[in-house]
Amino acid sequence: MTTTDSAFPGPVDYLDQRTGLGSAIKTFARKIFPDHWSFLLGEIALYSFVVILISGVFLTMFFVPSMNETVYHGAWASMQGVTMSEAFKSTLDLSFEVRGGLLMRQIHHWAALIFMAAIVTHMMRVFFTGAFRKPREVNWVVGFVLMILGLAAGFSGYSLPDDVLSGNGLRITDGVVLSLPIIGSYLSYFIFGGQFPGTQLIPRLFTVHVLLVPGLILALIGLHLFFVVLHKHTQYPGSGRTDKNVVGFPLFPIYVAKAGGFFFIVFGVIALMAALFTINPVWNYGPFDPSLVSAGAQPDWYMLFLEGALRLTPGQLEVVVAGFTIPLNVIIPAMVVPGILFTALAAYPFIEAYATGDKREHHVLDRPRNVPVRTSFGVALLTAFMILILAGSNDIIATQFQLSINDITSVFRVLLFVGPVFAFWITKRTCLALQRKDRELVLHGHETGSIVRFASGEYIEVHTPLNEHERWLRVSYEAHRPIEIAPAEDSRGVIRQGYRRDRLRQRVSQLFYEDRVEPVTPTELAAAQSHGAHDAIAPPREDLDHVESQPVGGGQHFVAPISQVTPDERNL
Amino acid sequence: MKALAARRHHRNAPVVVTLLALLTTGGLYAALAPGTAHAAEPTANDIAAGGKLFQANCSTCHGPAAGGTASGPSLVGVGAAAVDFQVSTGRMPMAASGPQVIAKPPTFDATQTAELAAYVASLGAGPAVPTAEQVDPSKGDQATGMALFRTNCAMCHNAVGAGGALSQGKFAPPLANATPTVIYEAMLTGPQSMPVFNNNNITPQEKRDVIAYLVAQRSNATSVNDLGAFGPVSEGLWAWVLGIGTLIGCAVWIGAKSS
Repeated sequence: MTTTDSAFPGPVDYLDQRTGLGSAIKTFARKIFPDHWSFLLGEIALYSFVVILISGVFLTMFFVPSMNETVYHGAWASMQGVTMSEAFKSTLDLSFEVRGGLLMRQIHHWAALIFMAAIVTHMMRVFFTGAFRKPREVNWVVGFVLMILGLAAGFSGYSLPDDVLSGNGLRITDGVVLSLPIIGSYLSYFIFGGQFPGTQLIPRLFTVHVLLVPGLILALIGLHLFFVVLHKHTQYPGSGRTDKNVVGFPLFPIYVAKAGGFFFIVFGVIALMAALFTINPVWNYGPFDPSLVSAGAQPDWYMLFLEGALRLTPGQLEVVVAGFTIPLNVIIPAMVVPGILFTALAAYPFIEAYATGDKREHHVLDRPRNVPVRTSFGVALLTAFMILILAGSNDIIATQFQLSINDITSVFRVLLFVGPVFAFWITKRTCLALQRKDRELVLHGHETGSIVRFASGEYIEVHTPLNEHERWLRVSYEAHRPIEIAPAEDSRGVIRQGYRRDRLRQRVSQLFYEDRVEPVTPTELAAAQSHGAHDAIAPPREDLDHVESQPVGGGQHFVAPISQVTPDERNL
Repeated sequence: MKALAARRHHRNAPVVVTLLALLTTGGLYAALAPGTAHAAEPTANDIAAGGKLFQANCSTCHGPAAGGTASGPSLVGVGAAAVDFQVSTGRMPMAASGPQVIAKPPTFDATQTAELAAYVASLGAGPAVPTAEQVDPSKGDQATGMALFRTNCAMCHNAVGAGGALSQGKFAPPLANATPTVIYEAMLTGPQSMPVFNNNNITPQEKRDVIAYLVAQRSNATSVNDLGAFGPVSEGLWAWVLGIGTLIGCAVWIGAKSS
């Protein structure tokens, strides 16, 4: 390319000639993205991560990741002359003596809470709309790993200030590590560099928190976004939207403006919260001392479900086998419960694909009601997660609502098993009911509220048929049916190989798709629309269209549909 | 007056009148509401008056001679400090039985409380109501108090005294509104589920340090809004309700012009 045929101004052209970025950016700027507010949830996560990076860099300038002891002589009167680690002292100095330090700390922490909350909300959107289906299963796993890395980033950061609360969290972590049979004590000594708490953990966590985890998160965010571009964005179902097109607006200028503006909104909301609300007031908790714990000691919300699982598990589960203690009361809540929750979440796309037997690509999203088992499974998982979070907050619930903490714990113990099942059932019935409602609407149209009496004395309500767009939304989905498999024996009575495997798959498939509501077929629609005598009443919708299209005077007058059959005539 | 009369139909007039009425009511209440005064040394008259109050209000449960019944413990030897704590915080007389006796607006004024305390103190030796000097926060060292509080109190009362849950519906109350005298008396007498921190365990000077620490937390200059100081649970709640709530609201707004 020479300067003469370049469409770019000076400096940009200089860059373009040396990198050839121009054509790539041109293509990219014209990329079409569909528009919906729920597609911005992932952006909240991305932007809050940027805020975390910016504020985090500021914090590293002042934070001292060291467990060496020092005596405090700073601005905070309640800590004068108290012996503490350098990590804790530098956190106090950051809060009270570094200009803007407290605001930065609070921005960093609020952004972390919102980062995790946005990831979870984004995952919910992807899950309930079925955006994880082929070809996006791998990207779901990338997102899942990002969520786990977010937990790791949050936990390692929460532990850095070396206050009582974070020390309590580390103590629990140490307990969980120790609960592992055989390797537990070795692993604990390995992590802490000796007996808990030791003197090495904070520097180690610092490296994990500022280098390892953020590096991995950045790399995976790159991969995650690359996949979004590669696969193209999914779109909600609607008239004209298919798996082979993308209906939306170009990246430039529409989304550059929207997304760019949204970054500042996210940053603004986080900064506002940080300026208005205290978060993690380490000066209240004081420097870590293994002998201390205060009431209301909890982890940040995204770890609270683990705390809840620990609080719910009865201590009697600890068993002694041949002189060795096996602390099932720790292993079950701290490893089995999150293991089940996380495995179910990560593996779900593959389980569903297995049950559906569907190998096609999907770019149009599902309405949650149209896949009842998936929706119910998601709600059940969230219910379990929510119950565990509430169980982790049981002491706060007890004091705020004046309840007995023992009763709350007993109720949650039962609810943890009953709640998800109940939620699954309720959600599934609701989905099926909504689907039937959709069928009803498509077949019979909207209720108009006008009742007509026939000469015979029969009453009917006039319905207006749905328009094309409304109908598309309600009939364009696919109701999967359970997989059908070849019989166990062939025509000669020979047992077929692989029958048992197929049978298992069929069972899973039946679990998913046994109960279903099929979309209305054109034949059913045609049948429903010929109601014989009832159609003798003029369809009000056409009436209305007719009236609306006639301009009267300076504008349009909306006139209520008038039945062409007068009551008197009907009674004849 | 004429200018005032002319403006009485102004559309803001009702608002102004309401504000003035509220201001007057509030001002009057602040001026006339019963304050807390400290009674002087008890006299024989005080003891006699306290005895009468006791017979009328307390003897049903604590017995006619304060020797205790099936419904209430003996008060012989609990001392004036225990009476002052229970009565001045409104815990006694008790309104209803429950997991724990609840603090409420006190039934008796400061004089009557002092008379009751004098009567109970006359039944047997017990800890006395601390003097103003003993509970003066300015004479305590808040850093020592912080260490003492975290070691002895925070596991029930939370790191800054926001309160916490105990078993079976009992709780350690929040300390934000407790007066220095009440805090001192609670340590000294160990009401309800609270252990007694006698003067060998936590010396009077150390008690004053704890008071200094707690009082210092109330004028905490850094907290814009401490969200109740309940820790990560309330922070998480606000991150979801306010943070994600607002951001989703903004996302809906940005996506509103969609197809």
